[in-house]
Amino acid sequence: MIDNKNLLENLLSAYPGKSMKNRKEHMMIKDSGEEKQHIMANTRTVPGIMTNRGCAYAGCKGVVLGPLKDVVHITHGPIGCSYYTWGTRRHKGRAKDGEKNFISYSFSTDMQDPDIVFGGERKLKQAIKEAVEIFEPEAISISATCPVGLIGDDINAVAKEAQAEYGIPVLAFSCEGYKGVSQSAGHHIANNNFMENVVGTKDREPKTKYPINLLGEYNIGGDGFEISRILDKIGYDVVSIMTGDGTLEEIKEAHTADLNLVQCHRSINYIAEMMEEKYGIPWLKINFIGVQGTIETLRNMAKYFDDEELIQRTEEVIEEELGEIKDVIAQYKKMCEGNTACLFVGGSRAHHYQNLFKEIGIETVVAGYEFGHRDDYEGREIIPDIEMTADDRNIPELKVTKDEKRYKLRLSEERYEQLKKEMPLGEYKGLVTAMEDGQILIDDLNHYETEVLLDALKPAVFGSGIKDKYVAQKMGIFSKQLHSYDYSGPYAGFKGAVNFARDISAGINTPTWNYITAPWKNDPEIEAELGGAS
Amino acid sequence: MSLTPKKITERSGLVVNPVKTCQPIGAMYAALGINKCLPHSHGSQGCCSFHRMHLTRHFRDPVVATTSSFTEGASVFGGRSNLNTSMKNIWKLYNPDVVAINTTCLSETIGDDVGSMIASMDLPEGKTVIHASTPSYVGSHITGYSNMVQAMIKQLAQKDEEASNEKINLIPGFVDPGDMREIKRITKLMGIPFTMLPDTSGVVDSPMTGKYEMYPKGGTTIEEIKDSGNSKATIALGSFASEAGAFELERKCDVKPYVLKTPIGVKATDEFIMQLVKITGQEVPYALEEERGQLVDIMTDTHFHFHGKTVAIFGDPDVVIAMTEFVVSLGMTPKYVVTGTPGKEFKQQVDAILEDAGVEGVKVKNPGDLLELHQWIKNESVDLIIGNSYGKYIAKEEDIPLVRFGFPILDRSVQSYLPIVGYKGAMRLIEKISGALLDRADRDATEEDLELVM
Repeated sequence: MIDNKNLLENLLSAYPGKSMKNRKEHMMIKDSGEEKQHIMANTRTVPGIMTNRGCAYAGCKGVVLGPLKDVVHITHGPIGCSYYTWGTRRHKGRAKDGEKNFISYSFSTDMQDPDIVFGGERKLKQAIKEAVEIFEPEAISISATCPVGLIGDDINAVAKEAQAEYGIPVLAFSCEGYKGVSQSAGHHIANNNFMENVVGTKDREPKTKYPINLLGEYNIGGDGFEISRILDKIGYDVVSIMTGDGTLEEIKEAHTADLNLVQCHRSINYIAEMMEEKYGIPWLKINFIGVQGTIETLRNMAKYFDDEELIQRTEEVIEEELGEIKDVIAQYKKMCEGNTACLFVGGSRAHHYQNLFKEIGIETVVAGYEFGHRDDYEGREIIPDIEMTADDRNIPELKVTKDEKRYKLRLSEERYEQLKKEMPLGEYKGLVTAMEDGQILIDDLNHYETEVLLDALKPAVFGSGIKDKYVAQKMGIFSKQLHSYDYSGPYAGFKGAVNFARDISAGINTPTWNYITAPWKNDPEIEAELGGAS
Repeated sequence: MSLTPKKITERSGLVVNPVKTCQPIGAMYAALGINKCLPHSHGSQGCCSFHRMHLTRHFRDPVVATTSSFTEGASVFGGRSNLNTSMKNIWKLYNPDVVAINTTCLSETIGDDVGSMIASMDLPEGKTVIHASTPSYVGSHITGYSNMVQAMIKQLAQKDEEASNEKINLIPGFVDPGDMREIKRITKLMGIPFTMLPDTSGVVDSPMTGKYEMYPKGGTTIEEIKDSGNSKATIALGSFASEAGAFELERKCDVKPYVLKTPIGVKATDEFIMQLVKITGQEVPYALEEERGQLVDIMTDTHFHFHGKTVAIFGDPDVVIAMTEFVVSLGMTPKYVVTGTPGKEFKQQVDAILEDAGVEGVKVKNPGDLLELHQWIKNESVDLIIGNSYGKYIAKEEDIPLVRFGFPILDRSVQSYLPIVGYKGAMRLIEKISGALLDRADRDATEEDLELVM
C-alpha cells in the first residue's frame, strides 16, 4: 500500500523553495477526522511549471460563447486564438428549421503588424460589416485577445455602434488572455455580459407547467442531446440551454423559467445566482453524469415542482430507461471492476465523473481541477472566507437588483427551506465530499506531478485531457480524455452511461497493452543464445 | 459549411476559416527538433496550451513546453520576473539541456527584450538558452518555424577556422518526422554525411516502450547545431520555412546555401538528389535509381486515373508549391491553389510551375482563406481537394473527395510516421490520390458500370 503522505512529501521535495511552498498549499489528503480541511485554488500559475491551464479567452469564447450556434463569433486578434478554438471543443449544434448554425466556422480579424501599431478598431468594424453582409446572423459576438487590451482598442464602443447600425445584438467580451489566472476569468466575463445584455430582453409564454433552464451544459459529444431527450420525454419545457446547442435568442427568454439546473457549477454559477437575485428563480445543482446521478437529479426536479403527475411520469421514465441499460452496464462492469482512476479535469468533471466510474466498479483515488475555485473543492459555504487576490480584481463583479416587474417568488420561503434540506437547492457541496479518507486532491496539477503520481499509483485509467493523454499512455496507463471524450459520447444521462462503460472497458482491455514489451526483451532463452554467439 | 454563399464579395476585415495559424506553434515545433530541448512560450499561458494541444492532436504523441504564465500585472510591467521564475523551475523540475524560448503577441506588444533577459540570467553549467522573436501578428506558423530555425543557427552555429566536417546541412522545413526520416534515408543512401536541423524524428513519433521519456532519443544535438557552421553547404528545403536559416548560416559562417523545393514528387526529388550530387560529387546509387524507376512506372501505369482531373490544393506554402508541381506531373489540372501564409514568392513559384506546364486559368491566392476557396468551388467545382483536415467541411458540403495532406491532420492517424517526400513519398501520395478518385468512381457507378479492373 502506498503512503500518500510520503508520496506528496517526496514529490514536493523536488521543487525550488518558493515553488514548493506554493504547490504545497494546492494539495491535500482527505481526512474527515479534521474539522476543516482547506485547499488553495484559483491563484496564479507558477511560471515554468508546465501547467495544463488555458486562458480567459478560452474560458469565454471557447467554452461559454462558442456553443451558441446562431451567433457569428468574431475573435479580435491575431489568427491563432480563433484558429485553435475552431472545431476543437466538441460542443455539438444542430440547427432547427430556419435556424442558422455557425459552429463549423472560424471568424477572425487576423490582426497584422499595422493593426497593433495604429489600432485595430477600423478593421474590427469592417469585419463586422462583412460578417453581416455575407452571413446575415441573428447576433455577433466580439472576443478580445491579449494585444487588444494592451493597445487600447475599445471593442465596447465598436459593438455599441454596430448594434445600432445593423439592428442585431453585438456583444463585446473583454476576455484578454492575461486576465485572471485561468479559463475561469473568461467564464465570469461571459456570464456578466449575458446577464447584463441578453437575459430578460424578450418575453415568452411557458409551454408546460415546468419551464426550466439548463445551465453550464455544453453538449460535448451530444451530452445535452441526451439530457434534452430525457427531459422532453418526461415533459419539461426547456426554455434555454447555456450554452450547448443553444441560441442567443432563447437566452433572452431565460428569465421566464421556474427553475435553473446547474450542471457545471464553476462556469455558470454567476448567472444562476444573479437570476435568483433579479428574477427569483431558484437553482438546483444537478448531475446528469452517472445513472444514479441522473435518477437523483430527475427526482429532485420533480419534487421541486411538487406535481403528482410529474413525479409519476418521472418514475415511469426512470424505470423504462433503466430497463434498457441495466444489463449492458452490468456486463461492462465485470470487465472494469476492481480498478482505480485518477481524474484531473477543468472545473467540474473531476467531481461529476466519480459516480459514473463507481458504477462500473472503478474507484477514484486522485482528483483535481485545473481552475476550480475553493467552493468547487470545499463547497459553497466557504465562499465568504475566500480572499480576493490582485488577479481577481480585474474581473468585474456585476451587481444585479430585483427586477420589480418580472420578479416572481417560485417557492414560499418555508418550502424553499424545506427543500434545501432534501436536495442541493442553491447549494453545491464540492469535490472534497466525494473523496474517501486518505485520497489525494491536487489543484492545478502540472506535468511533473502527473508523471510522479501516475508512476507511483499506476491507476488503470487517467481521466484527463489531450496534453497529458499520451504521456500516460507511454507509461502503459490508459488515458481517457474527459474533455473531448476521445471523440465519443454522449456520456451524460442513461444512454451516455452505456457509452462510457463501453469506452472505458475497451480502453482498459485493449489487446495492445500486451504488446508493449518485445518478446526478445524478456525471453531468457534468446538472451542465452545471443550471449553464446558473441 | 452550409451557410457559405456562392456570391463572392471582397473582404478586407474578416478572415473566415484560415489556412494558417500563428507563429509560436511553428517555433515550438522547430524547438522540439533539438535533442533534449524544452520549448518555452513567453506570454500568457493560453497560447502554450493551445500550441501543445494542437501539435499533440496532429502527432498523437506527447508535446511538452513551459510558459511564463503572464498575468495582467506582468502584461503591464513586463515579464522579466516571470521568465526568471520559469527558468528556476525548469532547471530543477525538468532538467533539459536546452530551453528554446518563443514569444507571443502579448510579450511582443509590450516589447519584452528576451535577449537581454537571458543575458542577465545565471545559467546552470552546460545548459543553453536560445530565443526567437515570434510575433503572432506577422506571417504564420511557418514564419515562426523559420524564425526559430534562424535563431538556433544565429545563436549556436560556429565556424572553426581549420575544421571542415565535410557534412551537408539539411533544413527539412515544416514537415512531418516521417518526411525527415525519408530525407535522411536518401542522403544516407547517397553516402553523404549530413546534419539535419531541426529534426523531430524520434521525438514526436516516439515508440511505445512502457516508459515515458520526457526527452526522447531524437532531435539534433547542440553539438551538431554548433558544428553546422563547419559544413560544406546547406540545403534548405522549402523557401518559406528554411531559407532564412540557410542564409543566416551563410552570413555567419560562410556556408553556401541552396534553396530547393520541398522534395514532393518526381521533379522536386530529382532536383534534391541532383543538388547533392553537384555539391559532393557522389554518384546516385542503384537503390535510388530503382525507386525512381518504380515511381515513374507507377505514374505511367495509372496516368488515366488522374489525367485531366481538376484539383484544389491548400495548406502551407512550401508543401503546396511542391504538391502543385506533383499533380501537374501526373497530368492533373490544379484549379485553385491557396495558402494563408503571406509572401510574394508563393505566387511567383506557383506561376512558374504552371507556366512551365502550360496550364492556364488557375486561381492562386495568398493570403487566402477557406471561405473564399469554398466559394470558388461553389462557382466552379473540382474533382478533388488536397489539403489538411479542415478541408473536410468543404469536401462534405460539396461532395468532393479529400486527400489529407499537410498540417494539421487531426482526424486520421499514421500520416506523421510515413513520408510524402522522396520517390517513396510520391508513391504513397499516388496511392492516396488514386484511391480517393477510384473509390469515388466506384461509389458513383451504376450496377452495370462498376468495374472490377481499373
